[in-house]
Order: sequence, then structure tokens, then C-alpha cells
Amino acid sequence: MSGPALRLAVELDGDGAHPAAWRRAAHSPDHLLTPRRVARVAAAAENSGFTLITLADGALPPGGTPDVVGRIGAVERAAFLAASTSVIGIAPVVPVTYAEPFHVSSQLASLDHISVGRGGWVVGEEERPEAARVWGRPAVDGDAARARESRDGVEVVRALWDSWEDDAVIRSVATSRYLDRDRLHYVDFTGDAYAVKGPAIVPRPPQGQLVVLGRPDRVPAGQLDVALVEGRDLTAVAAAAADARTPRTFAEIEVALDTAHATAEERVADLEQHAPWTDRGRLRHIGSASGLAVLLGRLRGVVDGVRLHPLVLDEDLPELSRLVLPHLFEGRLAVRPLPGASLRTHLGLERPANRYAAGPDLEALQETR
Amino acid sequence: MTRTDPLDVPRPDARLHFGVFFQGVNHWTIWSDPASGSQIDPANFRKVAQTAERGLFDAFFLGEGLRLREVDGLIHELDVAGRPDAITQLAALAAVTDRIGLVSTSNTTFNEPADLARRLSGLDLLSEGRAGWNVVTTDNAWTGANFRRGGYLDHADRYRRAEEFLAVARALWDGWADGAVSGAAGAPAWAAPGAVGRVRHRGAQFDVDLAPTLPRSGQAHPVIFQAGDSGEGRDFAARNADVVFSAHGNDFDDALAFAEDLRRRLLAVGRPEDDLRILPGTEIIVGATEAEALEKKRWIRLQQVTPATALGVAGLLWGLDLSDRDADGPLPKEDPVVAENDGSFGARRVADPRTVVAEWREKAETHGWSLRETVIALGPQRGHVGTPAGLADRFAHWVRHGAVDGFNVTPYLIPDGLDDIVDLLVPELQERGVYPTRYTGRTLRDHLGLREPLTHRSTTDGRQAG
Repeated sequence: MSGPALRLAVELDGDGAHPAAWRRAAHSPDHLLTPRRVARVAAAAENSGFTLITLADGALPPGGTPDVVGRIGAVERAAFLAASTSVIGIAPVVPVTYAEPFHVSSQLASLDHISVGRGGWVVGEEERPEAARVWGRPAVDGDAARARESRDGVEVVRALWDSWEDDAVIRSVATSRYLDRDRLHYVDFTGDAYAVKGPAIVPRPPQGQLVVLGRPDRVPAGQLDVALVEGRDLTAVAAAAADARTPRTFAEIEVALDTAHATAEERVADLEQHAPWTDRGRLRHIGSASGLAVLLGRLRGVVDGVRLHPLVLDEDLPELSRLVLPHLFEGRLAVRPLPGASLRTHLGLERPANRYAAGPDLEALQETR
Repeated sequence: MTRTDPLDVPRPDARLHFGVFFQGVNHWTIWSDPASGSQIDPANFRKVAQTAERGLFDAFFLGEGLRLREVDGLIHELDVAGRPDAITQLAALAAVTDRIGLVSTSNTTFNEPADLARRLSGLDLLSEGRAGWNVVTTDNAWTGANFRRGGYLDHADRYRRAEEFLAVARALWDGWADGAVSGAAGAPAWAAPGAVGRVRHRGAQFDVDLAPTLPRSGQAHPVIFQAGDSGEGRDFAARNADVVFSAHGNDFDDALAFAEDLRRRLLAVGRPEDDLRILPGTEIIVGATEAEALEKKRWIRLQQVTPATALGVAGLLWGLDLSDRDADGPLPKEDPVVAENDGSFGARRVADPRTVVAEWREKAETHGWSLRETVIALGPQRGHVGTPAGLADRFAHWVRHGAVDGFNVTPYLIPDGLDDIVDLLVPELQERGVYPTRYTGRTLRDHLGLREPLTHRSTTDGRQAG
């Protein structure tokens, strides 16, 4: 029950974590994909005091018959939200199983510029073989092959973020040079399946490197800033966090809370008539707000933060905002992000040195630590 | 009154459309002045977009280049470089603008249709029908070096791929029936059963089978822009585009000839000749008097054509590295070299350097110009210079004679380079009745006065098969 205060993240995709969440949403289906709806949910999370929003995504539509639901790309939603929020961190889920790492790097670097250093990246995977048909590429089949694509993709994306040194724009009127080409770098990545030349077409992100989050069993620890750890109980979560060997760990928690109109159990049972709430082996709290606060208190010192997956955003986010987060902040069990700071700062992470920059190679020192 | 009698012209009711191109990576954007802001600061994108919206512009454009430019195998240092990903930046601008169209330049060679179509749909939904796509193609392996597939495409195939790409994108945008998503809480299904079709396409370029993930926006499809100028590019535009972003906007006769050529091509493919908007890229320099405008132009050109840029432009013409010469001295004595491709990308070579150099020598001698002055006077030219009233008269004449439908303006300064156009020129155009006084529609398609998307034309009642 001790340790530094928790950082709180929340997943805001669609209408909530349950595949049938839209059935309990406070709006009609055709409102989901409107800018007002996208902005309103993020504003609620920001005002509640969350440190980070994540936005799930993939090439295939979420849900399944009869619950197929439309979904705007996570990078586009993240960019839109960056311009309509001011403090909260924003991390889209972007798989690099099939996508071009060069584009992903540009998109995420742009998100960091647009948000002035509030950008993050949840490294996802395209698990279903049908995704290959969307991309028109040969299927990347099996856990090991997908992990290899993620590893190479993250390596390229991160290298491209460093391919412009922070001071590459020199604006030297005396020599008529806008850029100093000695401060731009070809990344010259060559992997098993492809090669990427560089440098990036976007200047280095304000944070140097965006905060990279992912599952420690799917992405090498050295490439992650935050491991998203899973486990059905505290012991399993603690073991996963201890094994992660990443600068920060966040526990994944699925949440359904009692409301004035129905208990959490009743709400889950209602949705289970339509579709099952997939068991991903994560902590799951179905019950009272105070019970959740107790659980989060016990996670302090075990992990650095949590990512909440609310059952139904329109029902659970107000309860989190009204009953859970204020209690955590009052008791200093968790902290709100400070205006004007980067996501790295909110998470207590240093701004990394540039791997290509001249001078002492601090990043290499950190990696061998 | 010097004004054209509006009844005695081919298109008396024509109006002008403006777009703004947020700085290219070329020497036209001034970076050396204290007023020139950061090329990446989001506040500058917001400022330019909001200024354009205040001026009732139709569209805010972003360009794209998928590799940093190089000259002689070295990264080009002299011009502004480093841009955000276009769709990502535009999605952010959707949150802070209300009416202006948001147009992304996106490449069909180094993207896949399902991914790009979905990103454009997302922008279209987040902006409530304001998205546009400037379709560009690339074929070279030099750009391909940044991508998984490398430089795999033959030059001859780049438009073939673009056309097939567009067909797949359109099929995806038409994949959801209108009204597919329920408008009532408590509906039995999120989308009406059978309202979401699959898209199966097997062609020379693409072999895909997928379910589209998004419904249509209020403008049905993003508006299609195209900029290719070759015969092949013009035919592509006639078959596919809603707007052509042309290079023919400096000279009236040239603009009119281009417009007439394009209208012929439109008719040849069975489209009405007013089915396309022609918006040449240009620069507009406004001064209170003619003399002031010319003085401003001279200052702008000196900022744009720095000594090193003058040597670079001349170097491309001569086919020689002139970087160690004196730009304020005379023209090089050597004859130009007609060079093979030397590893310079993103820079344009001159077709017939000997003739051009001979002309430069003659004029420089006559006027006593230095190399830099010669480049400013005779090098790449563009734009319109004048007083607000003079420019308004000129543009009214151009648009009423069908030479253009408007202009896509590149400000020479970020973020304030549009202010004079919005504050001084727009009111003069409004007074002449060739520019609107408010936005009358919500979508980019509305602003441009375009018909429904091309793939919706055959079904006259606008219904798609469910």
C-alpha cells in the first residue's frame, strides 16, 4: 500500500470495452462517428484527471454480426483530440504488422507536434489473418512472425524519430542554409523482410521519442517505455510487472461499476445476452466504485499506473469521474497531469538523447544499465 | 470604370474559388525573415487555416513528399523542409475550423487503397464532409527506398495503379448504404442487416477482399484533386478528378488554353464541361499602389532567391556545380552541360539549356545584371502582383472568361502571408460580385459547387444497391 502515486490511463474506443457496449450507450448509433461525440468523451476523461487516453484500432471493423460497428482510424481520432484537449496524453493503437513503418513514424511524429509533446503509441498487432487481405499482402502468420514485424516496425519508427537532430533547422542566413545536413541521418535499416533508408520527412518529435506502450510478451522490453501487463489477480499482475524490465508498467483493468440505475452485475448480464465480453486474462472489477478504489490502492507500488477499460463509456466514465478519481487524488494514491508538461514528464520519463547525435551516447549507456 | 460589363462575357455569373497551399518544400517560402514562423508549429497551421476560413476560402491544402530532396546525392539544405503527415495534421485542423475544406496530398504508389481510403473517410467524418484528396503518383526507386515494397513500379504503370487505386477507394466509400447506421437508440443492430457490402477487387495492381469500416460523410466521397500536367495526367483528371490543381495560372492565354484543353477532354469522356474546377497554384503579392506592390515583390524575390539559391537554380540550368561561384558576379563563362540524371531528386532540370543560357547571357548583358539578378528576372516565374483593385479586376476577367475557376495560393510567409489577400483583395472581389460574402454550404463539395461523386451518377435517384 505504498509507493509512488499511480498514473491513470483510459481506453476510449467506440462505446466501451464490451463488444455490445453500443446497446447501453446514451446516444443513437449514428452519433458515434461524429466529431462532437469523439471530442466529448475525451473532454470527460481529461477533466476527470486521467493522464492518458488510448484509442484501439485495427484494419478490420470491431465487433461482429450483429454488432459490427464503424470505427474512425485511431491516428485521425488522436490528432483531432490533440487539437481539442490541452493536458491529457493521447496514444493511438497502431499495428505495424502490415502498415508501412515510414508512414506510421510520420503520423505519430506529427501527432506529437500537434499535441506539443502529449503523444504516445500503443504498439498493436493485426492478429486475424483477414487483415492481410485488407492490406493486399501475404499473411503474417503466427505469434512469432507477428512479433518480428512489431520488433522491426518499432525499430524503424524509433530510428526515424531520431533521424533529425533537435537542432537540424539552423536558418543560417549567412550561408543561405535552412538545414544542416550533418544533423540529418539516414537510418539505413535492413531487416529480414524489408529495408528503410530515411531520414524522416517530419522533424524530430517534441518529446524526442513518443511514449511507446505495448505488451511485454509481444514487443522487446528495450523498445518499450511502458509495459501493459496483464493477470487475473494481483499476484499475477505483480509477477508480470516484475518480469517486464521496462521503465514503467501499467496494469490492464476491465471495469464495470454500479450505477444509480443498475448494478454492475446487471449491466454486464444485460450485454452478455448479445455477445460475450472476451476474457483476455486481465484484472476485471465488476462492482462498486469504492471497491475499485481499494483495488487501485493495492496496485500502488506494484505498477506505475493502470489502464482502465470501461464496460460502457457513457455509464462508467461518469462514475469514475464522480466517485473513483476524486477519491484517489484526495488520498494522493494517484496524480493528475500538470498543464504544460509533456506525456513523458507526466510519466516521470526522461527526454531521450538522440542516437545519432554527436557527443556522449547517453542512450547506449541507458540500454546497458 | 475599367470593370468588365458582367453581361458581355462568356461566364457572367462565374465566381472565384480560393484555396491555400501550406508551404511547399521549395524556395518560394521565405524562412530568413524574422516574421517567418516555424514550419512545424501547430499554431501556424491553425493560424493559416483560420485566416483562410475568415476569407471564405474553399480549401486548405497540404503537400507531401515521401523523401527529403537531394541534389547530387546530398540532402538539399537551402529550402524549408520537414512537414507533418498531411491527413494527421488535417484531422487536427478539423477540430479548430468549421467550414474550410481540408485537402491531403497522398500518394497512390506508396499507400494501399483500404488504408488510405479509411484514413480519408475518417478525416471526412471528423470534419463533417470537408475532406479532399490530391491524388499523386511516384515511380522512382529513390522514394521507394523508404518503403517495404521499394521501387517496384514502372513509370508507365503509375497512372494505371492510381486509377485502379481510386476505383477501389470509391468502392469502399460506397460500401455502406445511405442511412445504414441506425438513428434510433434501442435499435436491434448497429448497422442495418445487409447494408454493409464487401468489396472484392482483383486487378493488375490490387487483389483485395474486405468489409469497408466506415459510412459515408455528408458529401458522400472526399473531393478528388489532381495535379498532373502531361497529356496522360490531363486525361486522368478528365476521367477521375473534381478539381485540377494546375500549373497554368500566371498568364491568361496559357491558362485559357489549358482550361479549354481540359474541357475538351471532359466532353470526350462524357462529362459536362463544367464538371471540374481548375485552380492553378500561384502566389499573390498585394500593395497599396502599383509601385508599392513592385517594391514588395523585389524584396520577396531577394528573400526567396538567396545567393546560394541563385547558384543552385543556375547550377541546374548549366548542369554544373556552381556553389563556389559569386552569385553577385557575372554569369558563368562555361557552356551548359546536358547531363544525365545525377542523383538529384525533387529538383527540375531544364529541357533545352543551351537556348535558355544564350537568352540569359543576352539579357544580362543588356541590363548589366548579376547572376542572382538574372535568376530573379528570368528564372522560374510565377504569381500576380498588384493593388487590391487591379488584381480583383484581373481575376474577375480571368474567371468570367473561363480561364480559371480560382487559385490555390501559396503564401510566401507563414503564418501571416495570407492576411493581405483576405483583408484587402477579398473585399474588392466581393464588390465585383465574383466572390461570396458567406459560406452557403457545409461541405467542400458544396463550396466548390460540384455534382455528386462520379460513381453515383448512373443511378439517377442516388440510391446504391444495398
